[in-house]
Amino acid sequence: MSNKTEAATVKKRVPASHIVAHIILIAGILIVAFPFFWMVVTSFKTDGEAMQIPPTILPKQWTVDAYRQIVSGLPFAKIYLNTILSTVVTTIGQVVICSMAAYAFARYEFPGKRFLFMLLLSVLMVPGQIFLIPQYTIIMKMHLLDTIPALFIPNLFSAFGTFLMRQFFMTLPKELEEAAIIDGAGRTRIFLQIMLPLSKPGLISLVIFTVRFAWNDFMWPLIVNTSTDKMTLGPALSTLQGQYRVQYPMQMAGAVLAVIPLVIVFFIFQNQFLEGVAHSGIKG
Amino acid sequence: MATDRRVAKEGAPSVRRGVTRRTKMNWVFSYCMIAPLCIGLAVFYLWPFVQNLWFSFNDVTKFNISTFCGLDNYRKLFGDKEVWKALSNTLKYVVVTVPLGMCFSILLAALLNMKIRGKSFYRVLYFLPSITMSAAVAMVWKWIFNEQMGILNSALKAMGMSGHNWLTDNRTALFCIMIVGMWMTIGYNMIILLAGMQGISKTYYEAASMDGAGVWARFFHVTLPLLTPTIFFVMITSIISGFQVFDAVYMMIGKTNPAFDDTQTIVMLFYEQAFDYGHKGYAAAISVLLFAIILVLTIVQFSLQKKWVNYDE
Repeated sequence: MSNKTEAATVKKRVPASHIVAHIILIAGILIVAFPFFWMVVTSFKTDGEAMQIPPTILPKQWTVDAYRQIVSGLPFAKIYLNTILSTVVTTIGQVVICSMAAYAFARYEFPGKRFLFMLLLSVLMVPGQIFLIPQYTIIMKMHLLDTIPALFIPNLFSAFGTFLMRQFFMTLPKELEEAAIIDGAGRTRIFLQIMLPLSKPGLISLVIFTVRFAWNDFMWPLIVNTSTDKMTLGPALSTLQGQYRVQYPMQMAGAVLAVIPLVIVFFIFQNQFLEGVAHSGIKG
Repeated sequence: MATDRRVAKEGAPSVRRGVTRRTKMNWVFSYCMIAPLCIGLAVFYLWPFVQNLWFSFNDVTKFNISTFCGLDNYRKLFGDKEVWKALSNTLKYVVVTVPLGMCFSILLAALLNMKIRGKSFYRVLYFLPSITMSAAVAMVWKWIFNEQMGILNSALKAMGMSGHNWLTDNRTALFCIMIVGMWMTIGYNMIILLAGMQGISKTYYEAASMDGAGVWARFFHVTLPLLTPTIFFVMITSIISGFQVFDAVYMMIGKTNPAFDDTQTIVMLFYEQAFDYGHKGYAAAISVLLFAIILVLTIVQFSLQKKWVNYDE
């Protein structure tokens, strides 16, 4: 065991090292936070003030003109709605489809299980771009290009989500199901009324991963939907940047609007977000 | 029938009929449960994978008429200067952002692993960039790097230095993309590494302290070696996503940008060939090349992991 003198020196040394840690951490925070800060303050400036040299830090006169222009320049309400819709449908779809399949993979034996699970894992390892051209062609053949369903259809099926949920189901004790079987509960009832409620933490991390992915997805919606009223926020920002090249407050207002909903969701569910990510590393 | 069911309930397989009724019902139930996923994955992922491979041996026109052309796309690929340039840009991006980002992430995780105050505050703020839309982030950074009116150049000028055309100079543009990429991912990886550090048993640290190891010795001889499985995981995922960098490049570097060729990544090239020029066969070959590179690198890393990853625990 450490003796008294050593404990004393440790006690004395700790604050100094903590101060150094805080200095480094705060310096990092400034770098992390600055783009957010700059985005918000620029969005409240007039075009003229944003381009002023040398620049002002805070707006001399706060204005919401940029936000007004953006709503009149692009069908922003529609774009917002599309993004929300696509995110919600993707999430609900993944929760239902992935948890169903994951439960069967975690708890049942059936012919072809190993083979199917290997296929699932192999989808997980392939870079997404490899599916893009045929996926685009399929959506085109379904006459769904430039429609809302195009935004979410391929994303309803997630190998990652299934894997995540399977890992979670595997950690649950089997005794509960066995007790339910003795009580005469059917397979479907066991899944819906016993397993799903127990797997809430797993479902929450699946929801969080999916929301984060679906809200921020860029290349797929950029490819399939080209009319502004069918777009999601990411590609809409690209359009905004192309159309209003030098209206920086307007661009920043667009960025603020695109980022805010998820930031709010994150602040509400921060522990679940951080835990979900932390666990993803331990599993690997 | 009645006896058969009872046997089934006890779970013993009846040898004569091969499988019991209960087992059969289990199969039916399982297939129903996995059906939606399997059909979806087959239609939207497995079949496209095969089709993409087929496309890469075809000349696919804008109107999706494809004619078989053998290895033409691949022959063209290996002789295409643009492909080599894009590959080298992507490689540069990975070689810089993965190790550097890893160092920053480990440093931050180690600091947060100390018993300091405000830990959860730091964790939340550092994580913030990884939940923000990359398109939005790229737009903000583009504005920061702006040559005439950007805050970076204004700050440099205020300090008596001269500004720079960060995003249009082909020596600095890729560097800017790297900064944005690292800015977005460091916090995410930090959370994973911190969880890994917190999973290290305290007994190791106590033993090291008893042997007289200081803070640094404990970090290099206890924390780092025991963290290698997590480092390995973060490295694999960072390299894979690094090879797929697209959003920031697309948003920050326009087609008319003089630095375009020096920032074009492999996925950017894929996107252009497939969806701007409609060369879907050629683009398919590019995506297969990307897949092959990632696959080989991942296999190499898994085979090298025995040399440095510590799975003692």
